Amino acid sequence: MASDPVRRQVVGRGIPVPGNDIDTDRIIPARFLKAVTFEGLGEHAFEDARKQEPEHPFNQAAYQGAGVLVVGQNFGCGSSREHAPQALMRWGIRAIVGGSFGEIFFGNCTTLGLPCLVASLDDIAWLQRAIGRAPGEPVTVDVERQEVRLGDRVIPARIPDGPRHQLVGGTWDSTAVLLEAGSAIEATAQRLAYVKGF
Amino acid sequence: MARTLLDKVWDAHTVRTLPSGQTQLLIGLHLIHEVTTPQAFQMLKELGLKVRMPDRTFGTLDHIIPTLSQARPYADPMAEEMAAQMIKNSKDFGVLLFDLESGRQGIVHVIGPELGLSQPGMTIACGDSHTSTHGAVGAIAFGIGTSQVRDVLATQCLAMARPKLRQVRVDGALGRGVYAKDVILTIIQKLGVKGGVGYAYEYAGSAIERMTMEERLTLCNMSIEGGARFGYVNPDATTYEYLRGRPYAPQGAAFDRAVAWWQGIATEPGAPFDDVARLDGPAIEPVVTWGINPEQSVGVSQRIPSPEAAPEAERPTYRQALAFMGFEAGQPIKGARIDVAFVGSCTNGRLSDLRAAAEIARKGTVAKGVRALIVPGSQEVAKAAEAEGLHEVFQAAGFQWRKAGCSMCLGMNDDKLQGREMSASSSNRNFIGRQGSPTGRTLLMSPAMVAAAAITGVVSDVREML
Repeated sequence: MASDPVRRQVVGRGIPVPGNDIDTDRIIPARFLKAVTFEGLGEHAFEDARKQEPEHPFNQAAYQGAGVLVVGQNFGCGSSREHAPQALMRWGIRAIVGGSFGEIFFGNCTTLGLPCLVASLDDIAWLQRAIGRAPGEPVTVDVERQEVRLGDRVIPARIPDGPRHQLVGGTWDSTAVLLEAGSAIEATAQRLAYVKGF
Repeated sequence: MARTLLDKVWDAHTVRTLPSGQTQLLIGLHLIHEVTTPQAFQMLKELGLKVRMPDRTFGTLDHIIPTLSQARPYADPMAEEMAAQMIKNSKDFGVLLFDLESGRQGIVHVIGPELGLSQPGMTIACGDSHTSTHGAVGAIAFGIGTSQVRDVLATQCLAMARPKLRQVRVDGALGRGVYAKDVILTIIQKLGVKGGVGYAYEYAGSAIERMTMEERLTLCNMSIEGGARFGYVNPDATTYEYLRGRPYAPQGAAFDRAVAWWQGIATEPGAPFDDVARLDGPAIEPVVTWGINPEQSVGVSQRIPSPEAAPEAERPTYRQALAFMGFEAGQPIKGARIDVAFVGSCTNGRLSDLRAAAEIARKGTVAKGVRALIVPGSQEVAKAAEAEGLHEVFQAAGFQWRKAGCSMCLGMNDDKLQGREMSASSSNRNFIGRQGSPTGRTLLMSPAMVAAAAITGVVSDVREML
């Protein structure tokens, strides 16, 4: 990842992966979780899907080097494994535009500085077709203005205020932000009956 | 105004509102395991940070644990490395680990409630999506990724937005042979795998109120399969009696004070919900999934639906599911041949699940050519089951009696499907490749239905065997 944490916008070539309910087991099968680091996960992104479907977009030469993934509804549902966004990111994905996202996956992406924006199903379908026709064209994912641009078309795309603020402000690495609360953390804990003791 | 459990627990755990508008939410109980924490501990080391509240952090070993020989070092060198790393990190950072020698090891979502660690009114986080399980005791419990595990280790907090709340009501008595698993699979079938995105689920209604704690754990476990990051049941007498006397529950007079506090946590009459969904309990029958996500299911007496019956947006997934599973639209699910039967997992690996399966196992022997595994959810579950002789019932019927772990729910140990094997499974996910073989196939159902399929070799209606 670039060292600058600010994610106002991401520009890259697109890669469409059609279909709804693509789960994190599909993105990275559990056997690749047998590791104590995230290294090397990129080459295994969609490994089984790529073997079973030779035409899988991640196999196609035209999409190598792409940075903007365009997906259907409920992408990243299922297991909480951060290995899924880690694999996509290490493959080269820098932003995702979809119909909707599994919530844990969405949160994991935000924590890694990987913006996920939601667009209408019609716009997603158009975007996937347009990228298929011209895979070399740059796609701009504008996090700040909440839109996706390809050629002269501008597509509205939403991201909730909280994550948008984190990505645009460069504060998505949440540990530092959470640490700023200081002793208020312990004070909150001590107000809880089960922490202080019944 | 009347308030919900979600409102009360959320507000009580709010440290502050972050500049992003999200809540800095205190996590009252952090559960960790070997798969999603090594990178988090490494990041902690690099940041020079300690575990903020080690006494509110508990670990176990579950995902990679072999269920046959557990002699160290494990036969799989990577499993050995992950276990060794977990043991070392727990020691270095002062976190209590329920390892295999503790007698309390097991699947993290089985041991949390079992040890009385998971209590009403808590916020509970764990690097595992099925953390929603713990909502059964009246907690706000959800899965997180590894970077968020790092956040909780370092700060005992998460940056979160409060979800909307949907009450899911199931009223009326459940039929014989119908279990909590069938209720949650029906809920997911009705509301969809995306239906809960953006929501938390509050389960209510007379069918839920009548459920035992273990049934409620099964129910809340699969909230995430319906898209809801968490789901809960309001604490009641069933909850308090379940927790009474458990090792980490308050003891003696403190227990009575705790009950008073827990009672105050429950949703108040008249509290508003963003949405309400209603299901008719008596209409629920034993459910079997036929597809590649937990929404693709039918009652055991029904036929596999045609893609044309689905909304247009879902038809490609339906077609993909039929092709992958090797099923025809219109085919009855009953009678589908199976190769493997698996009873276990954080969904259905508790004592009552093993009892339900054993009741069926007593009526026959495992069909020729079927490999059948019983994997208790924890060492305590295994001990309790053995004390009542369930292991002998299973072994006499040709089931393998294994040691505790996640096992074939996700196949991170040696327990995997081979090739295109068809599995009748009491676990929670029928995703492509989920049970360890990229082409393996999974039919989700209740433990009693799994046992029935094991004995007959085909998907069967357990109601005909009770």
